[in-house]
Amino acid sequence: MATIDEYGKYETAWCPGCGNFGILNALKQALVSCGLLPHQVLLVSGIGQAAKTPHYLNANVFNGLHGRSLPAAQGAKLANPELTVIAQSGDGCMYGEGGNHFLAALRRNLDLTILVHDNRVYGLTKGQASPTSEQGFVTKAQPHGAASEPFNPVAVAVTMGASFVARGYAGFLDHLADLMAQAVKHRGTALVDIMQPCVSFNKINTYKWYKEHCYQLTEDYGPTDRDQALRTALEFGERIPLGVIWKTEKPLFEDRFPVLKQGPLFKQELNKEALRKVMTGYM
Amino acid sequence: MPQDVNIVIGGEAGQGLVTIGQLLSKVLVRAGYEILVTQGYQSRIRGGHNTFAVRVSTERRLAPRGSIDILVALNRETIDLHREQLTEKGRIITDSGFASDAADTIGAPFTDLGPERLWNTVAFGLLGNILGLPPDMLFQAVEGMIGKKHPETLPENKEILDKSYQWATAHVPQDLFTMSGGQDQGDRLMLNGNDAIALGALAGGVRFCSFYPMTPSTSIALNLITHADVMGVVVEQTEDEIAAVNMAIGASFAGAPSMVVTSGGGFALMVEGISLAGMTETPLLVVVGQRPGPATGLPTRTEQGDLEFVLHAGHGEFPRAVYAPATLESCYRLTQTALQTSERYQTPVFLLTDQFLADSYRAIPPFDVEKISPVRTGTDQHLGPQRYKRYTVTESGISPRLLPGVPDHLVVADSDEHYEDGHITEDLEVRVAMVDKRLRKLQGLQGEVLPPGYDGEGSVDLLLVCWGSTLGPVKEAVAVLRQQGRNSACLHFEQVWPLIPAQFLDFLASAKKVVCVEGNATAQFAGLIRRETGFAVSAHVLRYDGLPFTARYILDRLPI
Repeated sequence: MATIDEYGKYETAWCPGCGNFGILNALKQALVSCGLLPHQVLLVSGIGQAAKTPHYLNANVFNGLHGRSLPAAQGAKLANPELTVIAQSGDGCMYGEGGNHFLAALRRNLDLTILVHDNRVYGLTKGQASPTSEQGFVTKAQPHGAASEPFNPVAVAVTMGASFVARGYAGFLDHLADLMAQAVKHRGTALVDIMQPCVSFNKINTYKWYKEHCYQLTEDYGPTDRDQALRTALEFGERIPLGVIWKTEKPLFEDRFPVLKQGPLFKQELNKEALRKVMTGYM
Repeated sequence: MPQDVNIVIGGEAGQGLVTIGQLLSKVLVRAGYEILVTQGYQSRIRGGHNTFAVRVSTERRLAPRGSIDILVALNRETIDLHREQLTEKGRIITDSGFASDAADTIGAPFTDLGPERLWNTVAFGLLGNILGLPPDMLFQAVEGMIGKKHPETLPENKEILDKSYQWATAHVPQDLFTMSGGQDQGDRLMLNGNDAIALGALAGGVRFCSFYPMTPSTSIALNLITHADVMGVVVEQTEDEIAAVNMAIGASFAGAPSMVVTSGGGFALMVEGISLAGMTETPLLVVVGQRPGPATGLPTRTEQGDLEFVLHAGHGEFPRAVYAPATLESCYRLTQTALQTSERYQTPVFLLTDQFLADSYRAIPPFDVEKISPVRTGTDQHLGPQRYKRYTVTESGISPRLLPGVPDHLVVADSDEHYEDGHITEDLEVRVAMVDKRLRKLQGLQGEVLPPGYDGEGSVDLLLVCWGSTLGPVKEAVAVLRQQGRNSACLHFEQVWPLIPAQFLDFLASAKKVVCVEGNATAQFAGLIRRETGFAVSAHVLRYDGLPFTARYILDRLPI
């Protein structure tokens, strides 16, 4: 059985008080509660402070390019469907640079978890507006305030018919760990958008602000009602709902490939007889 | 003299000229001839001017010919565009409605011979007669192509075929272009360059291919998709080329020998991913089928304009190898070599082709499946009890590669500079050690470079240097030069990076004149040779009008 110690403890490059700490701890807790051992898990990240998370626990890691965690994660899952694959990065990486991949991944529906550290600001590049920044959010790059309307990833995911959509908050560790565990166990692409304070660059959406605005959906909330899910997903402002907002069962993308029913591609030997037949087809 | 007849079928897209060409090619191959099929088409589904050219010979031909012996014109535009390419005894075959009284024109009553939707059968019957092919072989080919799908149309097709054949017997001078001397060569594979690359990829052990459709490379992926289920390959059409390259890298990291196929513009989008493969030391085969740029350029034409782009694609410094096949056989062989090189050196490796090679067909003997050695990953997953370090510094620069998902070790790969264990670092000493480690792999790559092919005896008066698909026309040009008594030779590179000067510098230095023949406007390969050896190639024959080289094109432009 996996224990939290097996996932290790490492020194980080994050600011003291960063929301990432809560997310890291929740992730370890979730993996343990799913009964997963470190070698069964592949964390795929992009670039940004969130994308460093995989370096701070024991697991297989592919820390790729900014915005491109999802294609790499899907490639790895298609090569070895036995891996538990988690794509993890920030809002800029997933929704900005990687926006097209985000939409495509939701449409494909591999058995994959997407964790987005959504602090609504660029941290690594020191404080520019992100796709989820509030309109009017003032930064050095947006001195008159961010002009574009914020991206609502949860509403987009519900609209796209993603198979599991949740929102958590870095300050509610147990609640977040539970959402992550549900997402990992879900058969399909599962999005957990995680509200996260940035103590250095986001002076608006602070721990206090989130505490005042976030509320947890209660047990009467039924995440399988699409209309209600969409209404809940669109609720983002004065009050921010946390929990599993929408889930459904859909065919897995990888099940469409007969070869993957035989396990990881690297374990399969080339069939020379089949190749000979293929060649005969060109005669 | 070997027989050599060049047949060009021209018309609008949708007129069935490809059907005629394919039927004709099938019969010629069965009759034991060598063929080279090239297609010229515009980037549209219907209309426009398109050609399907079959060069048939009793000898292997690797280059198209500009001059035309038989021009089958399905519309008037074809006659206007190509009449001046006719050889002295060349003939135009067309509907009597388009025909003039010119002696070079055979105006057949297409309307009397068959309904317009079956004019391709009419043209096929006429052509078959002129080439002296037996009528039963012609019918077999028609049966083979449509017998299964539309058996009810066979009697009508047979009648039209017979009528057209007989019309030609009565009205066309016989022995104009009657073929003879076909050799029984057994069953042969009818392939184009992209087919051969796909077969090479399968034989080489490819398990994953991601792509975004782009001419002229799409059909490589389509071939793989056709065989994916029986060969155990995962192929995915992605949302864009950026996704394609990153997905292939992810798959390769997890143990699937992986490839992407694209062309210039799509490759431009992949470039950051190439650098990622270099940094994370992830094997990756990248097939770039060149077409004329910049930007969208001429989407359906050919060029060799992306050599420098591929050589330098990707920020930062990391080792790579670039292969440039010349023939179907080398497409098949080098795709396998590229996969092996990429796996061994854990770095991106390129196969650089072009639209001409991608789309031209020949019939070749079947490949020997027993001889293949497909890439396998993850065959040795146990290094012992010590903690696994993905980027262990070694003398060769190559670190033992384990796969994620196997008990007792963790695999960590990072696009940031990293420690031996794969975790991110900004330790500058580690940085230097890692750069050195990665670049040491270049020494190994240099030791395995395929030497250029030299076709010549001793030192020569004239040396033609070429790379990739330009080999065929250059060899043909050299043969003509030799017939004219000129002491000439050909030096052909099928691997254009790394270059090993010791393999070829003597050939360059000893020739009286060296001419580089390449399909671009800036003599990129000649520039590369100069950069690597200091040898300045003094003259060039360049082509960048979108069409493939022919021997005549080269001979007409040689600085003599």
